[in-house]
Amino acid sequence: MKKGLTKWLTGMMIGTLLLTTAGCGGGSAPAANSESEGAGAAKIGVVAYLSGGGAAYGQSQKEGLDLAKDEINALGKVKIDLVYEDSRGNNTEAINAVNKLINKDNVVALIGPTLSGEMFASGPIANQSEVPIMGTSTTAEGITDIGEFVFRNALPESSAVPQAVKMAVQKYNLKKVAMMYSSNNDWAVSGYKTMAQALKDNGVEVLATETFADKDTDFSAQLTKISSLKPDAIMVSSLYQEAALVLKKAREIGITVPFVGTNGFNSPELIKIAGQAADDAIVASPWYPGKENEKITKFVTDYKAKYNKIPDQFAAQSYDALYIYASALEKAGSSTDRAKLRDSLATIKDFQGVTGKFAFDEKRNPLMDATVLIVKDGQFTELK
Amino acid sequence: MFWQQLVNGLTLGSTYSLVALGYTLIMGVLNIINMAHGEVFMFGAFVGLFLVNYLKVNIFVAMAGAMAASALLGILLEMLALRPLRRRAVSDLAPLISTIGVSIFLENLALKIFGPQSQAFPAGALSGVQLQLGPIRITLVQIVILGISFGLMFVLRFWLSKTRVGKAIRTTAESIETANLLGINTNKIILLTVALASALGGIAGVLVGLSINAVEPTMGLSMGLKGLAVLILGGMGNITGAMLGGLILGIAEVFTVAYGASSYRDAVAFGIIILILFIRPQGLFGKRQGGRF
Repeated sequence: MKKGLTKWLTGMMIGTLLLTTAGCGGGSAPAANSESEGAGAAKIGVVAYLSGGGAAYGQSQKEGLDLAKDEINALGKVKIDLVYEDSRGNNTEAINAVNKLINKDNVVALIGPTLSGEMFASGPIANQSEVPIMGTSTTAEGITDIGEFVFRNALPESSAVPQAVKMAVQKYNLKKVAMMYSSNNDWAVSGYKTMAQALKDNGVEVLATETFADKDTDFSAQLTKISSLKPDAIMVSSLYQEAALVLKKAREIGITVPFVGTNGFNSPELIKIAGQAADDAIVASPWYPGKENEKITKFVTDYKAKYNKIPDQFAAQSYDALYIYASALEKAGSSTDRAKLRDSLATIKDFQGVTGKFAFDEKRNPLMDATVLIVKDGQFTELK
Repeated sequence: MFWQQLVNGLTLGSTYSLVALGYTLIMGVLNIINMAHGEVFMFGAFVGLFLVNYLKVNIFVAMAGAMAASALLGILLEMLALRPLRRRAVSDLAPLISTIGVSIFLENLALKIFGPQSQAFPAGALSGVQLQLGPIRITLVQIVILGISFGLMFVLRFWLSKTRVGKAIRTTAESIETANLLGINTNKIILLTVALASALGGIAGVLVGLSINAVEPTMGLSMGLKGLAVLILGGMGNITGAMLGGLILGIAEVFTVAYGASSYRDAVAFGIIILILFIRPQGLFGKRQGGRF
């Protein structure tokens, strides 16, 4: 009885707290921070997965953003100030971070959060407060349906995955495949659904569908089962950590068929962790560091000089995102007006970034092409 | 496929057993659950990785090094987080909470020192070698894990029941006060137990790191939870129970995936644990009162 009462009380207190913070979100939106106005720097809040299991993703994003910020400020057309908040991959933390950045730091716009699930949780708050928010790695279906203020420059899975599947089906003459995905990750589940649809469209039979969870390390049971069915290829929707371990285990038990992945495959870390086992992994990517393009070469060289590694997709898309904001800020002509920034952001087109030519469609999703890549001898190369 | 899945289950299960042995020792003697054990396990894996990658030592030397470093970590844990609480008459839950604190501290320390990326042992450090026995494919690491966990179980059982120190540990487990009256230096015995349990955690870390070929700061959490489940399944503080409990959990998980649906893996595995606990609330090998090990 007594325990029940305490629980109730705590629940109510948390409820009240949430209500109060949510209330703040609506009211204080137009208030501008006089200090930043004086300096003329636009304050942009970043919510990223900076600690915990997926900290590697948030770290890449931070590095891409920091590099872009330094370059933009050196150019001097607009000044940008970044305020980072750590979401720890947790929906509640992401909501808190967005609330803090909007109400306490008075940011003019937001970048992030890292995970699609976090965006589904915290995007509505930014939208209600009428603060533009741009996801750089939120590729799940339905992200921009949250509202008018939600943007993304992450190529949605619905556009990238079918390109990879189609290419693989043609190239390897796939008839029957097996699928694997992480069932406790919104984004991976959405990627799996897109993949299943793409397979159906191409008339490929799915022999088996196996699931696992984020942070799982043992995949021997699933792969032993799949191996006995002898598929032509295996489709995987998960983040790179699990994807790399799946690849390793698969090659270890003698599965040699190609793997087709969703965006999670799209990282040098996949190759670093899986090593030789990563060969014949196929993925569609808006980001390909090997492309011959002056802009890309410069970005890769600068990034390498600063952080001593090749930028991955998370870094590249965050880098582009900040440049997109910068050009929108320049057009809007104000570093504090959130509504103006949103409108000028929505009109961005013919933007040339490191991830290619870029424009927002009417639903604030990116219009861009993907390159289908395959790992050969530990390197991503174009699948032709 | 059945035999291959059985081997998969046994090897997965033996990693659970290895982790559960550490919990079991501390549970048996101090009657507390050491929530930091998963993180000690993770640190052991990193120490082993460091020794192999940077000092280029043999993998077995690295295992010994990881055991030594983890034992040291265990000694610090006992002195800083457990002993001060034992001196005062505090709630039984206090050591549980303080070990949770240690686990959070260690995980974040590892994130700071080693970074969030998962790292792998170099090829040729025992991993990668595999044997084909009829329909079964088994890696050398899996054989070593099976061998070491069974070996440790027998050594521990013998040591606890036959040697002088083992008897002192068992006496301390019965009652710290009585052991004190009998002239046993219980502080020393407890310190030894925690160090030993942590050393087991350390070697388990290296072995599991070798088997999945990925070492990262949050690996302790999920392993720790599985270890806890095994501790309860086997009967709190019973070594044979921990060993068999781990194997049962591993086989249950693998067979759920193999012959059922992979999304129900944990549901079925833990369902079986609940079922067993309905029939034997004290766990597989636990006795209703006293008389541990």
